[in-house]
Amino acid sequence: MKVRVWGCRGSLASPGPETVRFGGQTSCVSVQLSDGSLLILDAGSGIRPLGMALGGDHPERIDVFITHLHTDHIEGLRFFDPIWDPSVELNVWGPPSPIRGLRSRIAPYFAPPFFPVHLRSIPSHPEFRDTPTRTWRIGSAAVTAQLVKHPGPTVGYRVEENGHALAYLPDHEPALGSDLSTVGTEWISGFALAEGSTVLLHDAQYTKAEYDERVGWGHSSTEDAVTFGRRAGAERLVLFHHDPLHTDTQLEGVLARAKELSASGPDEVELAREGMTFEL
Amino acid sequence: MAEAHPQRNLILILARDLASRLATPVFVVDHEGTLVYFNEAAEPVLGRTYAETGELRAGGWATEWSPTDDEGRPIPLEDLPLGVAFREGRASHRSFRIVGGDRVARAIEATAFPLLIREDEIVGAIAVFWERPPEGTTGR
Ligand SMILES: [Zn+2]
Ligand SMILES: [Zn+2]
Repeated sequence: MKVRVWGCRGSLASPGPETVRFGGQTSCVSVQLSDGSLLILDAGSGIRPLGMALGGDHPERIDVFITHLHTDHIEGLRFFDPIWDPSVELNVWGPPSPIRGLRSRIAPYFAPPFFPVHLRSIPSHPEFRDTPTRTWRIGSAAVTAQLVKHPGPTVGYRVEENGHALAYLPDHEPALGSDLSTVGTEWISGFALAEGSTVLLHDAQYTKAEYDERVGWGHSSTEDAVTFGRRAGAERLVLFHHDPLHTDTQLEGVLARAKELSASGPDEVELAREGMTFEL
Repeated sequence: MAEAHPQRNLILILARDLASRLATPVFVVDHEGTLVYFNEAAEPVLGRTYAETGELRAGGWATEWSPTDDEGRPIPLEDLPLGVAFREGRASHRSFRIVGGDRVARAIEATAFPLLIREDEIVGAIAVFWERPPEGTTGR
């Protein structure tokens, strides 16, 4: 599968001269499977340039996987060109709440006063689907969604194809209430999604000092992201969901700290940036 | 993703995290009714540590502490608050007696409730319990 990062900023799109190296678009990652299927992880503002890059050339079916409904993960959906194309079969997957399905929870974003066009008038008539509790197949991949620690119903995803796995946990605070370095792995939120992954995209919004002031906000420190990656045995850890206040220079500092911490694995640790690609 | 212990449901993880930080005795069972945790506050009441018991299947923990009513009649699993919470998917409360791992008999009260992630899907249940104050006192 071919993976490309279109947005890796957390919370709020942050364009400007201080964020050009890592990018200011919010969460969006495209996954092109070997059979040509297109999977899109999250619909932050990064999905808009993805839609533009696809042009009229997009596949007939597109599957978008939303981790949760915080705006930085769905704000771009309304500006994703293919949703305006009536010939597209667009499936939007995401976590249900225990009470309401995904469609009814997402509908307010596609209605006045937040948006001029009603969901029922969107030409592609997107199909909103609650993520199943078991692994399911999309094209040539096996997809798994599991609830993870983050405020409100939130899932992480694992996409597996030909023995390689991409794990995507952009908003995740596994250290909340747990000592990540000692607790049994079956008690670590998100562990099964990340276990033995080829590439793990994981929340690392805060430095340790910032995290200590923001425990329970749903995000991870550099330290916790590295510990999580090590416990899960990820081959390559890619730190994701950069804080909107972090400039490129500060992020270089985060990367240096992450490399220091990961001396004992994961094998590789790096920072997500817009335009980054992986071939798994 | 195969492993000896499958990934626990997030709700169960959160329940255990919460229990581990409470000063109230708490007992947590998983979707099969297996005891997966009790907290430090529960240890003096149960007369054992969780490290000593480890996981116990429903049939095991239901007899481990020999629950009886105040007249000394054994209470079967399905009539214990956790049994009711688990089987009927509702909260349940009861007073009864147990014998701790330290062989001390204690009168306790327990309230249990199911952890339902959908109306028809249970991922576990929690019991909160406390020792009843000796007759003639009001406790706190
Ligand atoms: Zn986010
Ligand atoms: Zn979020």
